[in-house]
Amino acid sequence: MKKAFPILGLLTAVFLSYALYEALVVAPREQTMGDVQRIFYYHVPSAWTAFLLFAINFLASVQYLVRRNPKTDQIANWVVVAVGVLTCIGAYVIRPLPQDVYPSSIVTTALSVVGIYFLIKNYFSEQGTDILALTTAEVGVVFCTVVLVTGPLWARPVWGIWWTWDVRLTSTLVLWLIYVSYLVLRRFSTSGQTPVLAAALAVFGALDVPLVYFSIWIFRTQHPQPVIGGGGSIDPRMLHILLINWLAFLCFAFLVCWSRYQVERLQRDLEETQALEALLEPGGNIR
Amino acid sequence: MTFLYAAYTATWAIHITYLITVVRRYTRLKREVSELNKRKT
Repeated sequence: MKKAFPILGLLTAVFLSYALYEALVVAPREQTMGDVQRIFYYHVPSAWTAFLLFAINFLASVQYLVRRNPKTDQIANWVVVAVGVLTCIGAYVIRPLPQDVYPSSIVTTALSVVGIYFLIKNYFSEQGTDILALTTAEVGVVFCTVVLVTGPLWARPVWGIWWTWDVRLTSTLVLWLIYVSYLVLRRFSTSGQTPVLAAALAVFGALDVPLVYFSIWIFRTQHPQPVIGGGGSIDPRMLHILLINWLAFLCFAFLVCWSRYQVERLQRDLEETQALEALLEPGGNIR
Repeated sequence: MTFLYAAYTATWAIHITYLITVVRRYTRLKREVSELNKRKT
């Protein structure tokens, strides 16, 4: 992976440039909003990427908490499988589903969550899950910041105001504040229990993600309706370019997370070595 | 168009600022590791 990183970085840069070209040049001009609508090609993929990163942060935090006790770990595995199976069954049994929500989309989401949970379990150690949680929260906050900055820049010319205390906007701001407080806790707390406290905060913080996502389905808001499902409609060419941009941002987010993960691992290794060195005399004896 | 360019510029400014902090942290750690290795030898 270390050798492939420059190549992957270059490919991602090319992909991002192509996505930018598609968004600014190829995408059709929206009739009512004009060119300012093109902000959507950065705003929406950034929001989706942030949600995905916060979801991974949630699953990594759950893993970190349950792994501390083998019995809890085993129970959690069964709970995750049971929730996945029940959700899949429920998607085909419970009626009526909200408008434009398909059972297949619910099943795909449930299976993805279960899959990611077990991927984290198999590929990351206990400390690895903690580092993964930190990394995804940090990069997620960066993407969420992009959402909070590009949103008002779109709203000013379209709505005539920079900000309104609408459910979608407010819940997104609360989500950002929760994860910023998570990062502040991790940065400044010196307690040995910091990873546990942070993981618990992340589990509760993640509850805001579905609230943000479904707020425009549940409440009457000023924010536009969802572009996929939920009664919203979009030109197929625009949808295609939106998905290209999302894929490009996902590749970028993956590389940034990977780099940040390596830096954090190096920092912890260094701290461990320095702590060991402090215990040893130059001759190698413990003081 | 001003708002469109402002949004795209702001997006990349945020990402690049974050990348710079990661690179700076990595450089500092690398320096500390080499200092540690020097002390050992």
